[in-house]
Amino acid sequence: MTQAIPLEAVLVLAAALFCIGLFGALSRRNMVGVLMGVELMLNAVNINMVAIGRYLEPYPYVAGQTFTIFIITVAAAEAAVGLAMIIAIYRTWLTSNVDSVDSLKG
Amino acid sequence: MATVVQIVFGLIAALIVGAAVMVVTARNVIHAALWLIASFFGVAALYMLLEAEFIAVVQILVYVGAIAILILFAIMLTRQVTGEGVRQLTERWWVSLLVAVSLFAAVLVPTLLNHKGWNLPALPATANATPELLSGPAELGRGFVYEFLLQFQVAGVLLTVALIGAIVIAFEERSRRRRVLTLAEEHALNQDAARRQTAEPGLKITAVTDGE
Repeated sequence: MTQAIPLEAVLVLAAALFCIGLFGALSRRNMVGVLMGVELMLNAVNINMVAIGRYLEPYPYVAGQTFTIFIITVAAAEAAVGLAMIIAIYRTWLTSNVDSVDSLKG
Repeated sequence: MATVVQIVFGLIAALIVGAAVMVVTARNVIHAALWLIASFFGVAALYMLLEAEFIAVVQILVYVGAIAILILFAIMLTRQVTGEGVRQLTERWWVSLLVAVSLFAAVLVPTLLNHKGWNLPALPATANATPELLSGPAELGRGFVYEFLLQFQVAGVLLTVALIGAIVIAFEERSRRRRVLTLAEEHALNQDAARRQTAEPGLKITAVTDGE
């Protein structure tokens, strides 16, 4: 594996995934779409962690994979709270578009 | 062998990036969520290729099994028009496209300009050289109870807080809850309304709500 694919190729793939997720998080109107973009960005970070751990860490150390698991935990918590907020907002405003919920606008 | 691995990596990369592009551009939100699942599967396959089997299984379990299903539930609970005619992107989507593309270029251009050959380790000289030692789930678990014990506990507290927070945020008081009719009740209601409609035409059909 490490002899066939350079580390840079995996990192460029993760960067592409991160930028696609950033575009989705910034430009989607639906709140669930924004959340999906954020999930893509978190996945890109996880790919980076695993790849750098695989290529550069010596044998008994597992910091890359450990922090991947922590990021997955945080992503699960974030998805649960975010979707609960989407449902609460939908109940009040009867919409799930980010540009319709602007009562905090000055 | 190396060529096969490179072809597999190319296919997985195409799956991940293509599915991610479909996630951010699909007009139907449900289709976007299904493409998201495809992208998660691609990332899990990439973990397999990177020889992180445990992370691959966790990816399938948590992302595909929990988060994607949660997203599908949220889409269906906030049901509204998600058809082809509805605008799915904000008005100034090209600004965010510019930001994303320029960020990717800022990452990529210095990498390509300063590039001095791929940094690959040499192949083992003989066929029966000692195989490379890799850390697996055993080392991972040992790390959780020795080096990363504090972070592990904090993650547990975070999960508990998120669980309670999600319940508190999404909780709805019983007095304000709208009653959802079962299929049989709805059918009986429609039958009743149709019968009354034929008996005295011009009557309005009204929905029955409870606890208002």
